[in-house]
Amino acid sequence: MSEQIYSQEQASGAQAAHHTEGGHAHITGYGTYILVWLGLVALTAVTVTVAGIHLGSLTLITALVIAAVKTSLVGYHFMHIKYDNAITKIFILVCIVIFLTFWILTFSDLSFR
Amino acid sequence: MTEYTETAEHVHESGHMHRDDEASKMAMWLFLFTELLLFGGMFLLYGAYRFQYADGFKVAAADMNSFIGAVNTIILLTSSLSVALSIGAIQRNQKKLALAMLWFTLLCGLGFLVNKYFEWSHEISNGIYPGGPALQEMSNGQVIYFGLYYVMTGLHGLHVIVGMVFLAVMIAFIQKDIITNSNYQKLENAGLYWHLVDVIWIFLFPLFYLLH
Repeated sequence: MSEQIYSQEQASGAQAAHHTEGGHAHITGYGTYILVWLGLVALTAVTVTVAGIHLGSLTLITALVIAAVKTSLVGYHFMHIKYDNAITKIFILVCIVIFLTFWILTFSDLSFR
Repeated sequence: MTEYTETAEHVHESGHMHRDDEASKMAMWLFLFTELLLFGGMFLLYGAYRFQYADGFKVAAADMNSFIGAVNTIILLTSSLSVALSIGAIQRNQKKLALAMLWFTLLCGLGFLVNKYFEWSHEISNGIYPGGPALQEMSNGQVIYFGLYYVMTGLHGLHVIVGMVFLAVMIAFIQKDIITNSNYQKLENAGLYWHLVDVIWIFLFPLFYLLH
């Protein structure tokens, strides 16, 4: 397990070095970006369609889940988290966890009042 | 004469040696986290009030033009694509394509703001503004909905304007070859900001326009 993490870090370290030197690292194909965009537009259409169906209390959850999927598509591909090294990924994860903690605490308070 | 040139080159090179793209990117992410908490606090307020005034929120949101909202969503998603493509173009040393993509992004940002302008003026002409006649007859839930609507979409609109200024500076940098295929972290950071603005809208759209 620890070996795996070590080799991952080594790999991302090498990537970072390559990035600084050559500047040619991690070139994503234009086609990939366009596919991601098509996915995002399709998910927007799904959000609008689902909102028209009366799902009751599920409406909000569905909208938020779709928005979260769209966000991860934008983050992973457009914001290049895919190519970020481990420390940046952990950095981002910690902030999201802090943010979700606020939400969970607030809503557990509101729901059980 | 020759010595002088060499010294100048040496200084230039050592300047490059001190560049740290990873640190620059991390600083940008740190800034984006503060933005997440700024908007996150307001989303939390939205969530708590929607929980408390579910009916008022639904009545208020019924007046929203979800078509304009959807169009603006597509506009921002497309502008995110063009920013990503412009970074791809710079990586491939396709300067003209990179510039064209950034100009297109600015156009999208402008289109978004124009739609927002029409939307807000429609609501204001209907008397929905602080102290406005329509707002005074509304229930607490509706008033809070519109308060949050103006503050959150307004702050988001400000971010669109800031993002456009940021990207306009990047256009100038590309034209002056300050941003090149081996030195484009500035453009990456501007892109990260623009994508964040897009992500915030991804959440604002269903929460304010699609309540049924």
